Amino acid sequence: MAVKDHLRTLRFSTWLGWQMEANWTNPWLFLIYSVAKPIAGTLVLVFMYLVILGGIASDPVFFSYMFVGNAFYMYVAQVLFGVTWVIHEDREHYQTLKQVYIAPISFYIYVIGRALSKIAITTVAILITLAFGVLALQLPIDLMAVDWGLLAVTMIIGLFLILFIGIALAGISFLTAKHGAGINEGVAGVFYLFCGVVFPITALPSWGQSIAMLVPITYWLEVVRRAVQPNLGIGTISGLSGYSNFEIFLLLIVSGIMFLVISLGIFRYADYLARKKGKLDMSTTY
Amino acid sequence: MLGIAAFVYYYRAMNAPEIFTGFVILGGTMTAYWLNVLWSMAAQFYWEKEVGNLQLYLIAPMSRMSVLAGMALGGMFFTTVRAVSTLVLGIFIFQVNLQAASPLMLVLVFLFTLVALYGMGMMFSSLYLLYGRGAWHMSNLMQEPIYFLSGFYFPVRALGFWVAAAASIVPITLGLDAMRQLLFGSGSAMGFLSVEVELAVIVILAIVFLVGARYALRYMEFLGKKEGRLTLRWQ
Repeated sequence: MAVKDHLRTLRFSTWLGWQMEANWTNPWLFLIYSVAKPIAGTLVLVFMYLVILGGIASDPVFFSYMFVGNAFYMYVAQVLFGVTWVIHEDREHYQTLKQVYIAPISFYIYVIGRALSKIAITTVAILITLAFGVLALQLPIDLMAVDWGLLAVTMIIGLFLILFIGIALAGISFLTAKHGAGINEGVAGVFYLFCGVVFPITALPSWGQSIAMLVPITYWLEVVRRAVQPNLGIGTISGLSGYSNFEIFLLLIVSGIMFLVISLGIFRYADYLARKKGKLDMSTTY
Repeated sequence: MLGIAAFVYYYRAMNAPEIFTGFVILGGTMTAYWLNVLWSMAAQFYWEKEVGNLQLYLIAPMSRMSVLAGMALGGMFFTTVRAVSTLVLGIFIFQVNLQAASPLMLVLVFLFTLVALYGMGMMFSSLYLLYGRGAWHMSNLMQEPIYFLSGFYFPVRALGFWVAAAASIVPITLGLDAMRQLLFGSGSAMGFLSVEVELAVIVILAIVFLVGARYALRYMEFLGKKEGRLTLRWQ
């Protein structure tokens, strides 16, 4: 299939995803909705911090570690959920999955397109959360000091990786009823617990740290933190202080390729099973 | 359980007193009820509308309240199974020390919190008689902001008196605060109001929500019929 066809699929599926996300209300209410949820989630962590340590100045490195990690984790939670939900929504809710599946388009590109609108909305939420952190909570981010090149490359790799983990879960959703959302929450929960999102992985027991070292999200968040706040010494508390930026980046690439291969394998096998067992157009009304 | 564990390690990374581990476990346990109220109670009519069952409910000779009361009882049962599993696992894994100072009071607070909470869910469900995705998104929006405002993972008193007072409109705010005071020795030092006052407010909320639900259901059904949106799918 020509690149032109893929781009057209991507454009229209992104547009469709955007309409499904946003056309239930007016833009202002949608903006409030998109921002209130992540900011409230962040405030839970901020108040937990304040209750124990009293003020942000008590431990700005730990506070930054938590705040930035939690902000960028939104991509993991939202995109994983978004990609998985595409299958359930199209199959059960709108009952259009079979038509989309047999259409002369790449199903991967269709799913990725649907997720792109989610990425765009999440990006706005992350930017607002970070701006809120800088303006209201004195989060020490210096825009002049940010390593923009490293951040850009890491974001592209990280989002690509998250999308493909989502595609693996979408494959599993072919075979399940509404449980796909539970599986997705479980996987996102594993990443939240083991990947040093809001606390350094050194707080975990040794077996938990071993799991953390296998998952690329751990390295992705570490590189993102080092790129966003290169002068804060985040590496000193993260448990990855022994690794240079290049080494962490390399670990991200290696573990990312490993996850990519596994994800594609899961999707293809689940897709094969779904077709074999006639589950692509099932309606569980569940 | 994974999210709860993450919050426990977050507190531990800050060297927080052990009592906060218990606060997180209890808060995490109660999230099961809040999620059940939002998704299996309030949003139930949405699912029924989408799969085409709602009209069958409406023409059946029965009260809407009785349908919702049945759903509430079923929801309470299976959510309690989930909540108890979370609580027991949390206590076992993280070695939480609970001391029920007044078991009778604890049972009263818990039961009235559930009645008030599910009464609130019944009121919310009336919205789905008129709205579709808008109400679904409202339920979605009421997760994290309520975790924050109701102090699911930290003492609600930290938000200040007026914010905590406003958040008390959600029954789980005061219910959780009272249960923390009753279950953890030094929890009362971090409580918002006294347990007796909190219980009294929860009882009032339970009555208000149950009566309110009856009127809200009737009114929203009328509006839904008037605007032709009662059984309109995919709106």
